Amino acid sequence: MNSSLRWRKFVSGFMLTMTGVCAFIAVSVLFLILGYLVYHGGTSVNWNFFTKLPTPVGETGGGMANAIVGSAKLLFLATLMGVPIGFLGAVYLAEFSGSTAAFVVRYAADLLNGVPSIVIGIFAYSLVVLPVKHFSALAGGFALGLMMIPITLLSTEEFLRAVPRALREGAMALGASKWRTIATVIVPAAYRGILTAILLAFARVAGETAPLLFTAFGNRFWSPGFNQPIDSLPHMIFTYAVAPYEDWHRQAWAAGLVLLGLILVINILARAILARGIAVPRS
Amino acid sequence: MRMNITKVNFYYGSKQTLFDITLGIAVNKVTALIGPSGCGKSTLLRTLNRMHETVRNARLEGEILLDGQNILAQDVTLLRRRVGMVFQRPNPFPKSIFDNVAYGLRINGSKLPLAEAVEKSLRHAALWDEVKDHLHKSAYELSGGQQQRLCIARALAVEPEVLLLDEPCSALDPISTAKIEELLVQLKDLCTITIVTHNMQQAARVSDFTAFLLTGQLIEFSPTPQLFTTPGDPRTEAYITGRFG
Repeated sequence: MNSSLRWRKFVSGFMLTMTGVCAFIAVSVLFLILGYLVYHGGTSVNWNFFTKLPTPVGETGGGMANAIVGSAKLLFLATLMGVPIGFLGAVYLAEFSGSTAAFVVRYAADLLNGVPSIVIGIFAYSLVVLPVKHFSALAGGFALGLMMIPITLLSTEEFLRAVPRALREGAMALGASKWRTIATVIVPAAYRGILTAILLAFARVAGETAPLLFTAFGNRFWSPGFNQPIDSLPHMIFTYAVAPYEDWHRQAWAAGLVLLGLILVINILARAILARGIAVPRS
Repeated sequence: MRMNITKVNFYYGSKQTLFDITLGIAVNKVTALIGPSGCGKSTLLRTLNRMHETVRNARLEGEILLDGQNILAQDVTLLRRRVGMVFQRPNPFPKSIFDNVAYGLRINGSKLPLAEAVEKSLRHAALWDEVKDHLHKSAYELSGGQQQRLCIARALAVEPEVLLLDEPCSALDPISTAKIEELLVQLKDLCTITIVTHNMQQAARVSDFTAFLLTGQLIEFSPTPQLFTTPGDPRTEAYITGRFG
């Protein structure tokens, strides 16, 4: 009796310690990465980094202005493509489709979400790059946009479905047509959630490299317009990190730090929007 | 009669929930629908502005007339403008108090000056004095009883001929309930009222006519004093004396 009690107390204490340690490891990974990035790249994040083009091989200094602008352009294209399709698709799923159609589309979106990003890249390559025979910002934006569709769609649908039925009925009982109900009551009631979903989708594709390898390709100079090869922060990190130059390594770390910082800021912003409270009390 | 319900049968899929209901809703009177849970009183109410159509697999047979015209043949949005509805739980939109009341006017493209119409509706709903200084605050800052009166104001704003209320006080405290009951009696002059309630005292207090439903059938329909004092059917008597339900 007494020894079995002692054994149970030991097992309990042991497991509690183990779970605590694992939780600590999970959290500390983020801070280790952050610390590492700051340590290696912190000194290279300076004014030049944001404003100068990369220097020719052998010359130290320079920056990644082209990649920063490039990332912004690619993400702009991706949002332009992914958000409307994901959002309107979610409206259809949540408000109009039967349960079978919704199930099929949701399942397909889940699968699309799980498609390796390199495969998305090949797809965009054969669809957008091959016909015109050159890499372009458009192709890169297309690949990233494809990835944004399922993320936006799935979470937007969930937030739309969370709007209480009573609100729909309230609007319809006043003579509002279905599209009017959606536009004036349901979407406004869910907008915080939807905005959060879009930000998270944005943050997710902001760090993607693989789909850009053979779509946007990379470019060490300014890329005017949207029809030429273009560089991006993640791709720049890739090229700089595998290069044999000490100075490039430092800049790769700096780019990593900037990219991670951007994603963290977006995440925190998304959480802040959501934490301001859901507009509609859930009943 | 404002509305005439004739031989209405109602089905959810293959399950029939209303059997052969025939009933008239008198002009500028309060008609109460009472009965135990699941008797079909809410279902009957919801057919009157065709809200049942928002549920999949719902099917209605029979005839419902509004001012002599078949409601099933009308444009549903126009019908719902003429037959307003207030629900069990207050369901204000996540908008300001003003925008809530103005909602119906805006979607119907009303040419009336909004501010005046909103004030009028809020006065009718006996809410104006409590909210006139913060019309642009969120409707969720109001108490439950105020929210329900706001929903009544919202329904009144489009000047419906009939107002349907589906257990409007079941989520409210006694004081808010008393206010709403008082309001209903005053609103009679403005429109015809049909109210579902499972509170028999409430039906007795506010209504002119009462219909007693049981398992989807209309058992008795008479002037309220008569139904509560000399019920014609033993089942009605059993229900109002609290022997079941």
